[in-house]
Parts: sequence; C-alpha cells; structure tokens
Amino acid sequence: MPLDVNGKSYETDEEGYLANLNDWNEDVAAALAAADDAELTESHWEVINFLREYYEEYQIAPAVRVLTKAIGKKLGKDKGNSKYLYELFPYGPAKQACKYAGLPKPTGCV
Amino acid sequence: MSDTKKFVYINRKAPYGTVYALESLEVVLIGAAFEQEVQLVFVDDGVYQLTKGQNTDGIGMKNFSKTYSALGDYDVNQIYVDEQSLKDRGLTMDDLQELTYEDEDDDWAEKSSMKLINREQLAELIDEADVLLNF
Amino acid sequence: MSTLHTVNKSPFERNSLNTCLSVVRGDSTVLLIEDGVAGALQNTTASASISDAMGKGVKFAVLGEDLDARGLAADRVIDGVSVVDYAGFVQLAADHDNVQSWL
Repeated sequence: MPLDVNGKSYETDEEGYLANLNDWNEDVAAALAAADDAELTESHWEVINFLREYYEEYQIAPAVRVLTKAIGKKLGKDKGNSKYLYELFPYGPAKQACKYAGLPKPTGCV
Repeated sequence: MSDTKKFVYINRKAPYGTVYALESLEVVLIGAAFEQEVQLVFVDDGVYQLTKGQNTDGIGMKNFSKTYSALGDYDVNQIYVDEQSLKDRGLTMDDLQELTYEDEDDDWAEKSSMKLINREQLAELIDEADVLLNF
Repeated sequence: MSTLHTVNKSPFERNSLNTCLSVVRGDSTVLLIEDGVAGALQNTTASASISDAMGKGVKFAVLGEDLDARGLAADRVIDGVSVVDYAGFVQLAADHDNVQSWL
C-alpha cells in the first residue's frame, strides 16, 4: 500500500515500513506516524533522529536493549529506560520508532 | 546464570561472493538477545570479512562491514582471528578493523574485542564450546 | 583462438584457479572477479602460481570494484596484474574469441 505525502507516492511494505530508505524525510515520517494515529513530538524526534544516525553508522537498526542503553548514554538516564521509550512508542520502541525513521524492522524483530 | 551456554560462531567465507558472512552476522545479532556467552572466530577466508576500508558502491551491495562495529553494543566482545589464515593471505591485524567494546565493570573503558589466535587455541575454543555454528 | 578465463572463487577455498592455471595458454587472459580477487594479491600462498603463469605469457586482470568491496587496495595487487573496471571486463570479453568461466 503506497503512502501519499505532498502529492508524492511512496512505496511501503505490508506492515507500512518504507520500502526505500532514501525516500525518507520529515514529512514522510509525520505521515507514517499519522497512519498509526500518532503525533510526533520533540521527544519522538530525538529518538527517530538517533535511530537514523545509528543506522548511518552501523547499517542496522539496533535491538531494543541496545537502543535503550545507547539512548541513555546519549540523552541521559531519564530517557534511556524502557518505560520512557514505551510511553513514546507504545507499539514497541524499536519497531515503531524504526518505522517512522524509515528504517527496516530491527534485525531479530519478528 | 548457570544455564548460560557458550556459543562459538566459526566464520570461514569471504564477504559478498556468497551470503554466508552476512547470514552469520545476522544470526549473531539475533542470538545476542538471548544473553549467552558468544565467541566469534574468523578463520580461512573469513578473515576477509573484517578488512578495513570496504567500499561496496561499485558492486551495488550493502556494506555490512560497518555493522561489525556494533557488536560491542550487543555485548559480543570475544572476537578471535586465526593468525595462520591472515599470514596465508598476506594480511596482518593492521589490515583489519579495530573492534572494541565498553567494559561495564571498568567504568565503561573502551577495550579491544579482538584477539589473534593460533590453531592450538582454536582447537581449545572448539573443544570448550557448548554450541558450534558454522558459516 | 584466444580465451578469457574468469575465476570467481577464492583460491584458498576452491581449486578453480589451480585448474584454470593448469590449462590456460599463453595467448589468453585470466580475469579474477568476486571472491576470486583474493588470488590477485601479493604475499599470499597463491601468489607464486600467478607469477609462474605470467612467466609463460598469460595475462592477468582483476576487477577493481570487487577489490574495493573487500577492502583490498589496488597497490597490494601482484605486479603485472592489471586492475580493470566493469567496462574493462566487457572490453576483455569482446577482445577474446571465447569466455570460459571457472565457477
């Protein structure tokens, strides 16, 4: 099912993940979130941008345990815990945040 | 943690020509979720997986050599490289990426994950493994 | 008849290169591609066999894109082995009468 943003159509897979990493931009992210009835706040963007940087460096989306630890290191302990991350991304921080970041599902996520 | 098992992954294939190297890496990352003791061995053409400066733009494949640097984050920090395999291929440890981890028990000091081993040490790793996975 | 021989297997894992070198003739070219590029490097256990064949007049080439992917710099390649790109690969195929792929 294609995702329409600003008059452009983007290819997604059957779970709504962006098919092509390079199609991503902030408007696309907002539209991906809107499709889940979610709205992106500053706190969401912090995690999304972190994931994009992580992917750029390591070519993978981190597992949730790794994400939590790394967020804690970068953004502080009050954010590097699963309670905080699950509040932001109730469908699972790795899975849902990766989706809005335009990344593939984390390796090992079924 | 008495039920922790020792998983030894033996990597013997060059990257990109076949899918073994990437498959192994994915299994290691998935397996890391189970919090077992993990050791990675690079022997024979497997040593090519860790070379520095890989650039796959020309062959149109994903450069997954960058992903090995994330292994430390996944608590995979026992990486063994067979000395003889390097030598047979005209390579040294200087030709390989430096993989590190942060030691939680030592104020997060950055330490090397890599160790050069000989065949006797490889025999010992195999001998002491609970689970052997070959790629 | 001149033949372009391509070898895409590592000489340390398969005997494709060895078999190729045992039949290759002086007017032919051996092109190393994919995992086969490992054979083009200096100071390996396979280097001598390439140099020997070169002494008999066989020409050697290696695909640069496959070297790059594996982090193997062109300056590590055995002297006399030319580094070619995909266009060079096509040119070699066109320059020879036939292509034998040692898979």
